[in-house]
Amino acid sequence: MRNNQGPAIVARGLRVVRGGRRGVVVIDGMDLEVPAGQLVGLLGPSGSGKTTLMRAVVGAQADVTGTLEVLGLPAGHPELRHRVGYVTQAPSVYGDLTIRENLRYFAHLMGAPETDVDRVLREVDLAPIGDRRVGVLSGGERSRASLAVALLGTPDLLVLDEPTVGLDPVLRRDLWLLFHRLAEQGTSLLVSSHVMDEATRCDRLVLMRAGRVLADETLPELLARTGAADAEGAFLALVEQEEAAA
Amino acid sequence: MITRLTFSTASRVLHQLRHDRRTIALIMLLPCLLLGIVAWMFADTPMVIDQFGPLLLGVFPMLVMFLITSVATLRERQSGTLERLMTTPIRRADFVLGYALAFALLATLQGLVLTAFAVWVCGMDARGDLWLIVGVAVLDAVLGCVLGLAASALATTEFQAVQMMPLFIFPQLLTGGLLMPRDQMPQVLEWFSRAMPLTYGMEALRDLAAGADLGDVQGAVGAICAFIVGALALAILTLRRRTP
Repeated sequence: MRNNQGPAIVARGLRVVRGGRRGVVVIDGMDLEVPAGQLVGLLGPSGSGKTTLMRAVVGAQADVTGTLEVLGLPAGHPELRHRVGYVTQAPSVYGDLTIRENLRYFAHLMGAPETDVDRVLREVDLAPIGDRRVGVLSGGERSRASLAVALLGTPDLLVLDEPTVGLDPVLRRDLWLLFHRLAEQGTSLLVSSHVMDEATRCDRLVLMRAGRVLADETLPELLARTGAADAEGAFLALVEQEEAAA
Repeated sequence: MITRLTFSTASRVLHQLRHDRRTIALIMLLPCLLLGIVAWMFADTPMVIDQFGPLLLGVFPMLVMFLITSVATLRERQSGTLERLMTTPIRRADFVLGYALAFALLATLQGLVLTAFAVWVCGMDARGDLWLIVGVAVLDAVLGCVLGLAASALATTEFQAVQMMPLFIFPQLLTGGLLMPRDQMPQVLEWFSRAMPLTYGMEALRDLAAGADLGDVQGAVGAICAFIVGALALAILTLRRRTP
């Protein structure tokens, strides 16, 4: 763990409304604790509130009430802007710049050293095509370019919204290895996915459905508790339990 | 106010444009084309281009720059890059001033190209100081940039963004003395025009065309500058780190 002994993220009674005044309550009374220095998977179907939770954590979401602390500070605190890396679901890099130009700009903003540009290019395996314009890249290359931006300045917490979607299996494996390497070096990671199979890649899981936390434990604990064979089975078992109780 | 990150942002915007040569060509040549048409129409009465040329030197670039900046910032919003920027240490002022700086540079180049075209190709012979005319024309184009930046905050879709120009600029053009001298307009419209930035931009250029010097137009130039600062402040304040 770096700079911080407590958990990476703490939510207490978190409530988030999306879409402004006539918006919808996406998260209503969530309690959650994400430990530091681990690779935590945020899994759930599309529409379960994963992106909204991540936007709240990085301080991009308006209408957030309740307690939400990130690295011991209130979410959105100016100091966190140096310490949290965020990758949006759609790759948010400039299509009319080269990968390297994008990285150089964001490195300036983060106050990261110039040498970071080459380091993150190697980490996402884009070094050979660093001078290509983002607009001509494939979807997978573009999302890795977007990921590379978040690695600049070695943030303490990485919030990655579906970073492995649409990638080929080899690249996906490589990225998960990279995430594990970062966690070993002390980075806390919150990585979302709607693909339940990716549960096996994470140190710890948070299962979400309809804006609530269904489970928050390790995969073996989850499987033992539900008697399911995999994360998808466990998810279904938990939903059925809930529905039976209701 | 202006920091290292302002310049990084301005340089990034210029890099983006460098990869888009056609846009640069349009920015530089489109106002020339429009002015050329007017000059050609009134080729037999060169007095018209002498009188109205300086005014058009300000108006055409302003229209182009307004559209470009309002679309540029909308694009940042929709591509998710603005959301990402707002989670980094960049200040909101860095973002707005970075854009303003990059486009002001472009507006200056555009003003010089257009004036050269007006004088050497269209034969414009204004009574006032030519450099002063260029200066005010560029100031008008910069005004267009910053109004575009401020207006883009109000647009959430592309359809809305492209209508910001007719909404913000056309009423100002109509009441700014282009169709009818302002003192002949209905009282309420005259009051309206007095509160609008473009009125001063057009007034200064019209006066310079008629032979006014710096002393005569400094009030109007001051008003343009005040509106530029105001629009920048508005653009900075309406930019949100957190969005719904």
